[in-house]
Amino acid sequence: MAKIIVVTSGKGGVGKTTTSAAMGTGLALNGFKTVVIDFDVGLRNLDLIMGCERRVVYDFVNVIKQEANLSQALIKDKHTDNLFVLPASQTRDKDALTKEGVGAVLEELSETFDYIVCDSPAGIEKGAQMALYYADIAIVTTNPEVSSVRDSDRILGILQSKSRRAENGDEPVVEHLLLNRYNPERVDAGEMLSVEDVEEILAIPLLGVIPEDEAVLKASNSGTPIILDKESHAGQACADAVQRLLGKELEHRFLHAQKKGFFQRLLGGK
Amino acid sequence: MSFFDYFRSKSEPSSADLARERLKIIVAHERGTRSQPDYLPQMQQEIIAVIKKYIAIDQDKVSIQLDSNDECSVLEVNVTLPE
Repeated sequence: MAKIIVVTSGKGGVGKTTTSAAMGTGLALNGFKTVVIDFDVGLRNLDLIMGCERRVVYDFVNVIKQEANLSQALIKDKHTDNLFVLPASQTRDKDALTKEGVGAVLEELSETFDYIVCDSPAGIEKGAQMALYYADIAIVTTNPEVSSVRDSDRILGILQSKSRRAENGDEPVVEHLLLNRYNPERVDAGEMLSVEDVEEILAIPLLGVIPEDEAVLKASNSGTPIILDKESHAGQACADAVQRLLGKELEHRFLHAQKKGFFQRLLGGK
Repeated sequence: MSFFDYFRSKSEPSSADLARERLKIIVAHERGTRSQPDYLPQMQQEIIAVIKKYIAIDQDKVSIQLDSNDECSVLEVNVTLPE
């Protein structure tokens, strides 16, 4: 049986797709057969972030409607073994996703995969609800910023009331907080919510803190998941988060500003 | 932070402090309404409409709350009557 992970946030632009690509790649690198599914029907982007946009033939909705089978629609990742992508449909509307249809596809994938990563669309409408409905584990991606934290709390409420586990009265969905775009310098200057602030408000366990890093944009430019950039701080922080997801206890890194020299302090340089 | 910043006053809260306090309040408020039954907003409207039928009163002079503890739920209707 595969474990189903949803990457969700409520708010858009906080790094759901970047996180889905990184986590999926990280799980595959650890030897687990993993598929990443794009649930953002009409606004597909996971293919671009993972660098397989030119190999999309069939999509998730084709499979749900039985116009193609899974082996035709799954794209084998070219960077990483054990990793597959199921792209979203670019043309259909989001009503194409039905509870029964999504459930049938996930069940078939469960037979051969270890992990299924569901990349949720923004918002709390049908697409987002479908992405989280079957989840066993939720990675709530948040930015240290008021609207993102509030929306994350809202999505936690939906996980606790509208997921299959909640409806069936099963063990609740395991919730993880992933704090993206963290800038320790601005936290020190009192201009950004600290990781402790966000943890206190959302009250869920911290999976990782990904520092704001220029390497993330570069990775998306080239269609390579950030976790493969092993030199970058963001890539290393993602790799740590994957280890924690697999049960390892690692200390959080990149939480503190690098010490400045005397002249840099005096002149207020960056 | 530059050399000159050390001379500025430190008395006012930082913007991150403001963000944290605002978030705590709104998140607590929204968690409270999350557990409310679906019919509550409609019922609130109708109770207010009935009161307004008999007493000329502003909408914001009526507060309706549903509080629950372990044993029971209490529907609290507070009406401030005009002088």
